Amino acid sequence: MVARATAVRIASSPRSVGVDIRGVSHAFDLGGSRLPVLDSVSLSVAGGEFVALLGPSGCGKSTLLRLVSGLEQPSAGVIAVDGSPIDRPDPSRILVFQDPTLFPWATVWNNVATGLEARSVLAQHRSRVDAALDLVGLNGFAQAYPHQLSGGMAQRAALARALVNDPALLLLDEPLGKLDSLTRLTLQVELVALWRKAGFTALLVTHDVEEALLLASRVVVLTERPARIKAEFSVEQTYPRHRDDPTLIALRRRILGVLGLAT
Amino acid sequence: MSNAIETLDGGAASSPASLRNVQSGVWTNGLLAAAAWAAAALATVGLPDVVPWGSQGLFAAIVGGGAAIFFALAFAVPRLGRLAAGVVHYGPWFIAIGVWFTLWELTTAKFGWLPKPFFSPPNGLLNVYVTEAPRLIICIAYTLRLWSLGFVSGVAIGYAIGVALGWSKRFSYWGMPILKLIGPVPATAWIPCTFFFFPTTFAASVFIVALASGIPVMILTSSGVASVNRAYYDVGRNLGASDWYLVSRIAAPASLPHVFVGLFMGLYYSFAVLVVAEMLGAKFGLGWYIQFQTAYSGYANVYATLLIMALICAGIVKVLFMTRDRLLVWQKGFI
Repeated sequence: MVARATAVRIASSPRSVGVDIRGVSHAFDLGGSRLPVLDSVSLSVAGGEFVALLGPSGCGKSTLLRLVSGLEQPSAGVIAVDGSPIDRPDPSRILVFQDPTLFPWATVWNNVATGLEARSVLAQHRSRVDAALDLVGLNGFAQAYPHQLSGGMAQRAALARALVNDPALLLLDEPLGKLDSLTRLTLQVELVALWRKAGFTALLVTHDVEEALLLASRVVVLTERPARIKAEFSVEQTYPRHRDDPTLIALRRRILGVLGLAT
Repeated sequence: MSNAIETLDGGAASSPASLRNVQSGVWTNGLLAAAAWAAAALATVGLPDVVPWGSQGLFAAIVGGGAAIFFALAFAVPRLGRLAAGVVHYGPWFIAIGVWFTLWELTTAKFGWLPKPFFSPPNGLLNVYVTEAPRLIICIAYTLRLWSLGFVSGVAIGYAIGVALGWSKRFSYWGMPILKLIGPVPATAWIPCTFFFFPTTFAASVFIVALASGIPVMILTSSGVASVNRAYYDVGRNLGASDWYLVSRIAAPASLPHVFVGLFMGLYYSFAVLVVAEMLGAKFGLGWYIQFQTAYSGYANVYATLLIMALICAGIVKVLFMTRDRLLVWQKGFI
């Protein structure tokens, strides 16, 4: 059950990057008034680490991911990847949304090929698209349109669309949040397997404590908006983990306590 | 139901039992259509004309031939099975058309209730096609040339400007108010200016048609591009897409359903202004022909030409629908 990092690598050189979030604050303009969402958040993520950000809904976790992706710039503070500050989005850091946001007019294959096509390298790397579809188990659906996919399959396709670019950092914004519970359990297991095979650094936003404990090597708990870091938990269990592991259950109780949900 | 059939048959045939046997292998609507078309043929040749219109013989032969075909189909269709499904589907329409021809023929040429020159029997229209064929064909060619030049250029320019309006904040700042001002003005109101700006009347006509078809495409394309889900752009930018990629590969296909609504509206508007556009010093064209014949009270010619225009428009609509279904196959799950 030990997945070899070399087995299903899509690209040639294995790599992952560390993320340094230093004193990041962010606020939204709401027609004159400012809504602060992040309050001097500092967090260091080592290369290859899987960190889960837990917090009440609407607390600003997703905003933090958007800032790390480079789609938006923080109001204050610096986010650096392997030492260099982020000032624009880049296909080496890919955000996977809660909605699959597949392009409905393109087939699954063309959706997955988007990143390569956008950077005009598709012609040399067509086989990578097939490999990415293989990786998520969608090779039979290459010519299907998104409306023909189930929710779980669509989210797998979205993962393939990210992984085909061989990201060094995968930003997962509640990617399993809208799936039915059985599909979610399956995809949690697959996500861990993908991370261990590909070796990217992963930053996962979720409000499912069990999911965070199953996937992440570190769980960071955020406060209500504006979000600050409230607590950090290191999860040292070996993968693959089991939901009924007593250590995880004990951790779960402690985290729920920090979130103010202990019974 | 079977009772009603039995009583009808009982009145018509000497041995109801044998006829019912045959009837199970007969397409009833085909027989009724044959009867209706035969009635039209008989009314045309059998009754004297109040006013002669010409081509009665040809019309009677055509509808009589139609009746014979339906009669043959009535017996062939049950044996063709699936192949004839389309014919069976339109059965009630075939009957209605036969009845319509009969009543039309009776009320105009035969009884004179709908008088000349305002009304014409169907053979009157046929007579127009027979006697005016060369001129009408030239007119069709002229009209199609004017329409296709106007429509294609209008749609191309309207689409390009629509994408720019929907995409660029600055373009929209300057363009939207102008579009809102110009949009509601009927294309034909520009005729006086066009004479000044365009070297030939034909170019002016093309402009009028282009304007009528371009404005709705422009408005709907811009609203389509502006309403594209922002998350698609985020995905594109995150994956390394340039602005050109975002416009051409995300905004353009995502707005296509709106664009087609605009295309359909533009198509109808362009046909509406075609007649007026062909007033501008045209030598030929269906619109010109309609006006020419109206002036001489040639209403049969007017109706015959209107019918051609309606058929051309319906044909183009059909082509547009087929194109849309092909391009928007990905939308199937949404509609």
